[in-house]
Amino acid sequence: MKLLTHNMLSSNIKGVTNGFPLGIEAEKVIERSVDMNPDFLKNMFSKIEWKPLVEASRIMGYSDLPEDVPDSSVLDSEEFLRKFHHALLEIHLEEGALVCPQTGRKFPVNKGIPNMLLHEDEV
Amino acid sequence: MPSMIAQIRLVSSHPEVYEPCEDSFALVDALLADRSKLLEHRPALCLEIGCGSGYVITSLALILGHVEGGAHYMATDINPFAIQVTSETLEAHGVYAELIRTDIASGLEGRLGGSVDVIVCNPPYVPTPEDEVGRDGIASSWAGGENGRRVIDKILPIADNLLSEKGWLYMVLLTENNPSEICLHMREKGYASRIVVQRSTEEETLHIVKFWRDSDIQLETDENRSKNRNVQLSKANSLRFPFRRQASIVVSLRQTFQVSALFMNSWNISDYDMPFSLA
Repeated sequence: MKLLTHNMLSSNIKGVTNGFPLGIEAEKVIERSVDMNPDFLKNMFSKIEWKPLVEASRIMGYSDLPEDVPDSSVLDSEEFLRKFHHALLEIHLEEGALVCPQTGRKFPVNKGIPNMLLHEDEV
Repeated sequence: MPSMIAQIRLVSSHPEVYEPCEDSFALVDALLADRSKLLEHRPALCLEIGCGSGYVITSLALILGHVEGGAHYMATDINPFAIQVTSETLEAHGVYAELIRTDIASGLEGRLGGSVDVIVCNPPYVPTPEDEVGRDGIASSWAGGENGRRVIDKILPIADNLLSEKGWLYMVLLTENNPSEICLHMREKGYASRIVVQRSTEEETLHIVKFWRDSDIQLETDENRSKNRNVQLSKANSLRFPFRRQASIVVSLRQTFQVSALFMNSWNISDYDMPFSLA
């Protein structure tokens, strides 16, 4: 699971009003390099919640993203794009769990796939 | 030259996972028929709801392979074996999609709303007894309850929420699902629709319907909607498609029935001689 996906997932448990961002328990993190596409990154930049991405990256062992929400002018910087690309698309949570910020309920991640299925009493 | 769609010999399988069949082929054919439009569309986020064997999402990724600006693919399934098989199918073709085990798009709706540019969906559309809906394993790939609509009717509002302003939805529907009624329902939400592929097999007639938001469609007021809906639905039901008519009858139908305008307006005859026929 890439951090782009983490940035798009929230806890879907009935009654949870603040299900984003999900916490991360990382047991195994892997990196897979993919070609960088600046247009895609520029497109995604406006959709990404920055602080959750920074925090998720840090948990996964990558701390090179700027702490504060960058101004969109940084998108002209090759150096910034490389870091953003790496955090968003190259770092994978392979084994671990996503944690509901409100209830602490864990959604397991196995072989890189998050299981967001709910129990009957959570729907 | 690499194949433009997934190759059957590279599609993985499992006893509890629906294998690519006529419906999957028809959906991929619809995507192929729309290829140049899809490339021009430049989708950034693409989602398959209910990926099964992975044949469709893999094909979509291959079809859009060189889309300018790059695209990110996601696929969901409730069946863990389907997720596993899709993962193997993607890998065998050298393409990538993020996989999420969930019910329809649960967990994605909050953040992904209004962001998905292309959704593809081959839903469980087979009319079955209601109690067959929601079972585990391969049954989840086909059991659709009354008129095969139980899951379809859950997916449509979710797709509406997820689609971006320019977003497109491609969905497999069966005649028994009453596609014309579904199109009317989506029209009330501001969507135009077009049947990209229609195909009859011995058992069923498949329609691959594409939906997109059309600013020309005036969203009706609640009052008008309820007033018109009953009239339109009775017309829709009387227009059971698929069926074949002479062109002249189609023209008179167009003039007579408001419901047919919904399809006529968006026909693109250049793609197919007759994308579908009214009946």
